[in-house]
Amino acid sequence: MKADGIGASVKRKEDHRFLTGNGQYTDDIILPRQTYAVFVRSPHAHATIISVDATAALAMPGVVAVFSGKDIEDSKIGGLPCGWGITSKDGTPAIEPPHPILCIGKARYVGDHVAVVIAETIEQARKGAEAVEVDYGILPAVVATGTAAASKTSVHDQAPNNVCYTWGHGDEAGVKAAFANAHHISELSLTNQRLAPNAMEPRAANAAYDRSSESYTLYVSNQNPHVERLLMCAFVLGIPEHKMRVVAPDVGGGFGSKIFLYAEETVLVWASKRVNRPIKWTADRTEAFLSDAHGRDHVTKAQLAMDKDGKFLGFRVDTTAAMGAYLSTFSTAVPTILYGTLLAGQYTTPAIYVEVTAVFTNTSPVDAYRGAGRPEATYVVERMVETAARDMKMDPAEIRRRNFIRSFPYATPVGLTYDVGDFDATLDGAIKLADVEGFAARKAASEARGMKRGIGYSSYIEACGLAPSNVAGALGARAGLFESGEVRVHPTGKVEVFTGSHSHGQGHETTFAQVVADKLGIPIDDISISHGDTGKVLFGMGTYGSRSLAVGGSAIVKAVDKVIAKGKKIAAHLLEASDTDIEFVNGEFKVKGTDKSVPFASVSLAAYVPHNYPLDKLEPGLNENAFYDPTNFTYPAGCHICEVEVDPQTGKVEVCSFTAMDDFGNIINPMIVEGQVHGGVAQGLGQAMLEDCIYDPESGQLLTATYMDYAMPRADDFPNFKVGTSVTACTHNPLGVKGCGEAGAIGSPPAFINAVTDAIGVKHIDMPATPERVWRAMQTAVSA
Amino acid sequence: MSVNVTMKVNGQSVSATIEASMTLVEFIREHLRLTGTHVGCNTSQCGACTVHINGRAVKSCSLLVAQAQGAEVLTIEGLAAANGDMHPMQAAFKEHHGLQCGFCTPGMVMSACELKGKLVDPTDEQIRASIDGNICRCTGYQNIVTSVKAGLAAMA
Repeated sequence: MKADGIGASVKRKEDHRFLTGNGQYTDDIILPRQTYAVFVRSPHAHATIISVDATAALAMPGVVAVFSGKDIEDSKIGGLPCGWGITSKDGTPAIEPPHPILCIGKARYVGDHVAVVIAETIEQARKGAEAVEVDYGILPAVVATGTAAASKTSVHDQAPNNVCYTWGHGDEAGVKAAFANAHHISELSLTNQRLAPNAMEPRAANAAYDRSSESYTLYVSNQNPHVERLLMCAFVLGIPEHKMRVVAPDVGGGFGSKIFLYAEETVLVWASKRVNRPIKWTADRTEAFLSDAHGRDHVTKAQLAMDKDGKFLGFRVDTTAAMGAYLSTFSTAVPTILYGTLLAGQYTTPAIYVEVTAVFTNTSPVDAYRGAGRPEATYVVERMVETAARDMKMDPAEIRRRNFIRSFPYATPVGLTYDVGDFDATLDGAIKLADVEGFAARKAASEARGMKRGIGYSSYIEACGLAPSNVAGALGARAGLFESGEVRVHPTGKVEVFTGSHSHGQGHETTFAQVVADKLGIPIDDISISHGDTGKVLFGMGTYGSRSLAVGGSAIVKAVDKVIAKGKKIAAHLLEASDTDIEFVNGEFKVKGTDKSVPFASVSLAAYVPHNYPLDKLEPGLNENAFYDPTNFTYPAGCHICEVEVDPQTGKVEVCSFTAMDDFGNIINPMIVEGQVHGGVAQGLGQAMLEDCIYDPESGQLLTATYMDYAMPRADDFPNFKVGTSVTACTHNPLGVKGCGEAGAIGSPPAFINAVTDAIGVKHIDMPATPERVWRAMQTAVSA
Repeated sequence: MSVNVTMKVNGQSVSATIEASMTLVEFIREHLRLTGTHVGCNTSQCGACTVHINGRAVKSCSLLVAQAQGAEVLTIEGLAAANGDMHPMQAAFKEHHGLQCGFCTPGMVMSACELKGKLVDPTDEQIRASIDGNICRCTGYQNIVTSVKAGLAAMA
């Protein structure tokens, strides 16, 4: 193994700037003549906007401009688009109400953007925003997900019963038949609560218009600048793409929340031309809670039919999923394409049917959040399997083994084809690493101290590497899902790589450089990775769904292969041999079977100083780009085991140990992969133990909009995690990689809840399992 | 209302006339343009804005500039050597992958440095308890704990 190549825990190239305060996040960027924007947000969940009076605000010192929905309407600016069309089971398309960038006529959630005030300083903009007089006619709010479809109030006139779509997937008749022949049917009702993503860097944007060139530059905290540009230019503002540069510089975490095209940056770009000045906006934390797209928010009923041996026969899932007040960019796909298709889990269940009713509510929009649909699917499957094991009085590991898929490729009844996996290996590996054998003794020791101890499993599988563009298109995607990579070799053999993937903590500047160092046989210090700037990078679909290495990395490998192929032709000329006799080994082009060779840097120099060069057959230069479109999803899978101790006096749950045994395919940088697992598990356990977006059921006020009210996981909430990997290489991408960014958040919540319910002897407890909830559940269990 | 303030920031004397309502972090970021100190919540819950005042770690979003009158302020930019060589705590974070997106990192490092002298040969639990005023969304904290332990050992 090359010391800085594939498989090495290379220290990160990006760390020095982050550790010394030299990172460049969007709010760090200060443009000449910059102004500041503050948004006037609706204090009501649902209200008619009777009037917006900016007279007083415009008279305030430093206020440059005030815009409201009327200006947007007058300018004929379209709404924010939804990027994925879903068809209801009756064949009708999902209802997609307009999503204006400033409210027109009505405000539909607390935090909805009513107006924007632009001023010379941030303080003046704040004071100006306070002076904007908005007359609201308060309307009743639709708040709870589970009852939205029965509400007498409509969030949108286009959807009188608040239903966006009712999507059915799988074999309904087959499931019905399986249920008729079942030995036992296990049932479970559960909620997957709403979460706020909480990237530590709040969203920010700085938009500048250049009158001379009639072009725009937008700095924005975003995970996919080309997608941002495409959506904003082509679908909302009608700006030609070559007149818009989008830069997503250092980005302080995303977790999905920075995929989407938001109203704020769109307003800024539009307004920057109006005021002919750059405009900066940075969310404060409460604004982030209100206006970042939230995650999850499902209410689900599931039934699993089994034969007498615990073999799964049929699985039915009915889910109501909140969309919030408007359709965010990928909102419609999350509880359907990324959820329903994962309900086979790791099991051979022959018949599966899922029905999802998506509803509008007067709440913040809901969209992809770390895992996006797969955590919700895994939670249903793995809670269901645990319930089934208890109903059948079987060991939870045994019931899993009895139903594992073992033959690959495996076409599930919900539309995916798993290319490879070894679910026994991750289950057995996790059992060993977690010392399940010693659990009985630890439980006895806990009980001797008056404590309850429980253990919980979660054998998850997910789908990453989004996605074959034609498949995604057939499923309703309105974008391609390829990635681009460009490998620019300089005359001296130093290499710059441009990728359409975006790093907001993942360490691509290191991992991608390792891949190139390995393939080209040159030192990692000779390689730099550029990303996040539409002015530099050819094109890109960005980073989400753990796709960067599987799709973006593959595009880079393709471009490297082209560099080597051209290099062979140059080397053949230099070595006076035939192209077909040249091989590329350890950074040198060699004539096979001889000691004649020429180093990579000599070939690159020849390409740019083509004095001795086959100019009649070959262009000078050594710069290649490639697009890679995956042929399948990748399927990271694994087993998580959680062990908890519950204090019956207080209901407080302590995570005693957490074990993750994951199969991510081949691994480029084990250190970075382990870090991704740690972070993902912490986020999943955060959901299971602590986090919850709570709305007042009547007023629709978000009650958890600060860090005093929303319980973020902190360092003393967890023990050290035990992490291991086992490998089955992905069969369909050149690196054999699957993706590791979301697995921790996908696998961990059911492992935790399975452990807590095991400890206290109840069938189910909803997340987050706060001490109060656990204590109450224990009282009910005792009285029952 | 304007006030005059004078303090030392990263060893250099600075004086300014500023609005009395200005917070220390606004002064550091907007006035001194030292943008390594970040704002994650502005309510002293997340710790991204942590700097040292006279050797003590404080959350600079919840302090008025005037409260730092005459003080010695150290920000993340002042921690490394002038030639860019990292402080042992910074080096430990790199060595043990104690950061991902980097946004909470300056505050986390400043909080960690303050533990020197407070914790001797600390356990993981002591470190976890000591940094619970700094929120990190990326790392799950485990590698931060390892980094802090190694950094404190290197500073000893």
